[in-house]
Amino acid sequence: MSTVSAPAQSGVVGKFSNYLDERTSISGAVKEFGRKVFPDHWSFLLGEVALYSFVIILLSGSFLTFFFQASMTPVLYEGSYVPLKGIEMSAAMSSTLDISFDIRGGLLMRQVHHWAALLFVASIGLHMLRVFFTGAFRKPRELNWSIGFVLFVLAMAEGFTGYSLPDDLLSGNGLRIIDGMVLGLPVIGTWITFLLFGGEFPGADIVGRLYSLHILLLPAFVLIFIVLHLMFVIIHKHTQYPGPGKTEENVVGFPILPVYAAKAGGFFFLVFGVVALMAATVTINPIWNYGPYDPSPVSAGTQPDWYIGFADGALRLIPPHLETYWFGYTWSWNIIIPVLILLVFLAAAFAYPFVEAWVTGDKREHHLLDRPRNAPVRTAIGAAGVTFYAVLWAAASSDLIATHFKVTMEGVINTLQILLIVGPIIAFIVTKRIALALQKKDREILLHGFETGRIVRLPGGEFTEVHQQLDAYDRWQLVSYNDNAPIMLRPNPQGKITGGMRMRASLSRFFFEDRIAPVTQEEYKQALEHAHH
Amino acid sequence: MIFMRKNMSATQASRRNGRRGPLASVALILIGLVATGGAYAAFSSASATAAVDLSSPAVINQGQKLFAANCSTCHGQQAQGTENGPSLIGVGSAAVDFQVGTGRMPMQMSGPQALSKPVQFTDEQTQALAAYVASLAPGPAIPSQSQLENGDVAAGGELFRINCAMCHNVAGAGGALTEGKFAPQLTHVSAVHVYEAMLTGPQNMPVFNDLNLTPEEKKDIISYLSYIESNPSAGGLELSNLGPVSEGLFLWVFGLGAIVALTVWITAKSN
Repeated sequence: MSTVSAPAQSGVVGKFSNYLDERTSISGAVKEFGRKVFPDHWSFLLGEVALYSFVIILLSGSFLTFFFQASMTPVLYEGSYVPLKGIEMSAAMSSTLDISFDIRGGLLMRQVHHWAALLFVASIGLHMLRVFFTGAFRKPRELNWSIGFVLFVLAMAEGFTGYSLPDDLLSGNGLRIIDGMVLGLPVIGTWITFLLFGGEFPGADIVGRLYSLHILLLPAFVLIFIVLHLMFVIIHKHTQYPGPGKTEENVVGFPILPVYAAKAGGFFFLVFGVVALMAATVTINPIWNYGPYDPSPVSAGTQPDWYIGFADGALRLIPPHLETYWFGYTWSWNIIIPVLILLVFLAAAFAYPFVEAWVTGDKREHHLLDRPRNAPVRTAIGAAGVTFYAVLWAAASSDLIATHFKVTMEGVINTLQILLIVGPIIAFIVTKRIALALQKKDREILLHGFETGRIVRLPGGEFTEVHQQLDAYDRWQLVSYNDNAPIMLRPNPQGKITGGMRMRASLSRFFFEDRIAPVTQEEYKQALEHAHH
Repeated sequence: MIFMRKNMSATQASRRNGRRGPLASVALILIGLVATGGAYAAFSSASATAAVDLSSPAVINQGQKLFAANCSTCHGQQAQGTENGPSLIGVGSAAVDFQVGTGRMPMQMSGPQALSKPVQFTDEQTQALAAYVASLAPGPAIPSQSQLENGDVAAGGELFRINCAMCHNVAGAGGALTEGKFAPQLTHVSAVHVYEAMLTGPQNMPVFNDLNLTPEEKKDIISYLSYIESNPSAGGLELSNLGPVSEGLFLWVFGLGAIVALTVWITAKSN
């Protein structure tokens, strides 16, 4: 990093940089990369948190691989945790207990790994919400949204395979649920689970197979997609919030070298510090409580890690007894429907940027972010999606909600079933109204200034309140946004109106029929003149 | 100590005229703590070992009077049961000691299940009630101290996971049942009450009789529970042992909360 800051060839650093440059021609790349500008906003660091969590996971995970045995061979536990002494368990479970109790620093590393994993998925989720609500996925960044989405799914897969590795009761129960879900898929389900588990559940293969996925295939894919994701960030340059001096053509912020590199480097250690603090003080996944996997017991309060919770919730909310017997097969709708709902939900999240681009017909590049209020329908769709996800998520802890809030489990489930359908609709309507109201308020403030509370009596006896106009800096933020109008349904060159065109027009109406137009210069001038009278 | 001495020299002037020495309050607190702690320990061990002869007619008689005054409204004058409460003939002293000793009986109000609350009777009165109910017909008896200690912790853990964890959670944190009923938390429940609960199956709990879980196995389970209660998690705060839900909640509220606060701090404009 220090290579770029030593143009002169004197001194050790200068000589070293020169040596390096003459052999690698790296100075061009450093100069180019070091001058990249990043805008400063807290919400732009969420993706960085995900990246740093991944680095922490990689480091702590490597430590764990030194001691973990991915084998289901039965052994008698002889380690130092008294309540499991002499109990038969798999080598995987036994070695995880050894990591926790008999290897110096092992438990800390396990907890660092697990907390960082939870943080990884959570920060990806938050980052995706930021990107969604600010419209950062618009052209030219649709593909990067897709890459990010793949990363989100990969992160969940990494998490789930990791959760299943210790072969304790909790992870075995989780696998049993996955097994049951796959078995519920008609015709192919049985074949898939036999392939996955090497025969009847649980078999003796699954831990080894998940281990290969967890430490080899999935991390490789995560790395590839992270590289792609970051390359696109560099190619597209970073988006920025509207503000004074910020346009679609520039990026206002700090260069990577030296400011941003220092900030980001420091931030890595802050994230590492938070994870280490959590790992050092708060227990996560105490496998010694759960004991070795045994197909018969299931503990009360058996849940997946938070990011799989929405899938568990879907299974809990589907009404029971939905089964039919067709063509010699049992069709378990209580499995098929939740699986379909989850797939449709994920597909909708994946496809949203493309749908919006098609509906708006907007081919321009967008580097200035939207304030959420300035895209009311998108924000409302996002709020509906968040509500839908949150209800599924809450449903995964229905039993704990029941015991901790002293209500009945049936009451919780029935309430959430209704909320799953009604909640997103209410969230959509309320959010859209709030966004429109905020836009109206912005417009009002722009045209008439804000109320000062100073009442003046005019010579004629009339009372009036003095309004103060915004200064140019504040005004900038309020006026710079795109106005999207519903598209007109016009025949194509062949003189026809196709079904697709009709659909697009009606979607466009759905998006943009309620809108508050941005204040034009003309309107603003008029308002100023009016104010002076 | 060194710290205190430094403080002393700073405040010596003002202290010199006082009646008390500088260490007097520390000594007083220490004496107070030792006295109350010792008294509590002496008292609680005394009450645990207070043996009441459950077969003595005087005790049974006292129990009958207490029963008539406090229990008969629902359970009937002869403990034969009414439409408001079940018959207690044959439930044994263990059931009474559990229900009354944990405060579940007398019941405060009807609901999905009787909740434990501050105990309403003294140990002696509870024993008398137990003696009376036990005198009506043979039934499970209150276990002796030797039935509750020194079991095999590992075997107990395995039995607990197989027989108890589906309702009470692997770490005894409790869990939900249907229609507002629940399996209570098992931490801070005395060994004798755990034993009696297995023996008599209170409320929604099934009976684990001696053929199902032998006295030896019951002892193992109790030893396991007391082991995990007296040995806190090696990993730090336990988050009530509720599993991934409390972990996820902690991560989102405190972990991510701290991270977001840091992002705000690191991008804040210096004034």
